[in-house]
Amino acid sequence: MLDPYKIREDFPILERKVNNNPLIYFDNAATSQKPRQVIEAIKSFYENHNANVHRAVHTLSQEASELYENAHEEVARFINASGMEETIFVRGTTEAINLVAYSQGLHNLKENDEVIVTLMEHHSNIVPWEILSKIAGFNIKYVDVNNDGTINYESFEGAISKKTKIVCVSHVSNVTGVVNDVRRIAKTAHEYGSLVLVDGAQSVPHLPVNVKDLDADFLAFSGHKMLGPTGIGVLYGRREILEEMEPFQGGGEMIRAVEFSSKTRRCSITWNDLPWKFEAGTPNVCGGVGLTEAVKYLKKVGMENVKEHEEALTKYAMSKMRECCKKVKIYGPQTPTAKCGIVPFGVDGVSSHDIALFLDNYGIMVRSGFHCAQPLHEVFRLNSSARASFYIYNTCEEIDRFIEILKEIEQF
Amino acid sequence: MGIVEDYVARTEGTCGKEKDVIVIFKYEKKDEAINRILKRAKVEKSLAGIVFELTFKNFSFRLYRSGKAIFRSLKNKDELNAVLSELLS
Repeated sequence: MLDPYKIREDFPILERKVNNNPLIYFDNAATSQKPRQVIEAIKSFYENHNANVHRAVHTLSQEASELYENAHEEVARFINASGMEETIFVRGTTEAINLVAYSQGLHNLKENDEVIVTLMEHHSNIVPWEILSKIAGFNIKYVDVNNDGTINYESFEGAISKKTKIVCVSHVSNVTGVVNDVRRIAKTAHEYGSLVLVDGAQSVPHLPVNVKDLDADFLAFSGHKMLGPTGIGVLYGRREILEEMEPFQGGGEMIRAVEFSSKTRRCSITWNDLPWKFEAGTPNVCGGVGLTEAVKYLKKVGMENVKEHEEALTKYAMSKMRECCKKVKIYGPQTPTAKCGIVPFGVDGVSSHDIALFLDNYGIMVRSGFHCAQPLHEVFRLNSSARASFYIYNTCEEIDRFIEILKEIEQF
Repeated sequence: MGIVEDYVARTEGTCGKEKDVIVIFKYEKKDEAINRILKRAKVEKSLAGIVFELTFKNFSFRLYRSGKAIFRSLKNKDELNAVLSELLS
């Protein structure tokens, strides 16, 4: 088991007060706080090693290149990828999904092809496909979600066919915390010859994730949700698929050669090796350095411990909300074991934004609204929801305080 | 500088079907803003002096001691500015 009190000592922000109350940060599904180790690594990079990476002979560039390449290796080991060739650094989950959507959509998908997307997806796994379907002419089929927020596997099995080229699914819902059976989905998808893109934004930071066990072709996730800095994220892709794929963006770093032919008066371009083929322009080197420290921190804590701790907090929060609050309704699965550390909820007669404002008054940060998942809220027939989401530094005492304030909100 | 700019740090449209607007008052001026608003608007309900349910003309809104307010059913930003101008003057 992890010790959240010991862990809290590494997070300077948790010492601050908001509205004269100790900060209680329950908005971890949006972004996580950063440990001192990550902050120091970023500072040290700019103080000691800052330079542009690759194709320079000077010392600083070589140091920066080594740090940036090590970051890829560290992330690859963290998710059990075969090597750094399979880990492309991007800005975040959204860019990772856009990379796949544009690369596949512009080159490999055509009319009569189909892409399957579930109704529980974050907008970042819906909008790119809608945009590309208008350009490439492929069709999108949406998979239903049950009333408890779990995926409707019958709907998925009814939607898939030989026309399906890509199945897009969240590993964990950012609204309900539901953990989807990605292995089951991948097995069916592969039987039909389809690729599988997994949105791991809410799973990689909170669960042990092994891409080989998941059998995913692509896995997208963000550094900032797993203790790392903003502006750095990862697209894992199976090597053989990435080798066949066309680049997403063009520019420096992603090419091996750009040769001008005086005969044709055009340039012929040879792509760089993986993963650089998909990393056009000067990359976020410092982001990679920060992400390395974040991954090292999580590995030290142990991802099984992270999972266990969040399960315990979720169980505690859900049981207290039921026991102490009369007007509070928890959305999604009612069993804590079916989900990660996310609790979406509402209070009868009070809007989610009022709930969030009231809690903020006491220094408690929760999110309100659609959480970038409007279709799922339409399934639930909700105008919006409030969402408490936990991480390694949260405690049962913080949940007790949260419950106290929820009881006050009920009086409104 | 207009009176709204004088007191308001920023406004934020809420995410959700409600389309409410959150007004965040400047930290150093929040208490003054709250006092001004409480003088002009009618307090329909208050909870522990933390949150006030208020009406002003045809508008209903909630004001929080933390220096934030949530306005409902506003047509647009101009309407919000007009209401805030009156409430803060």
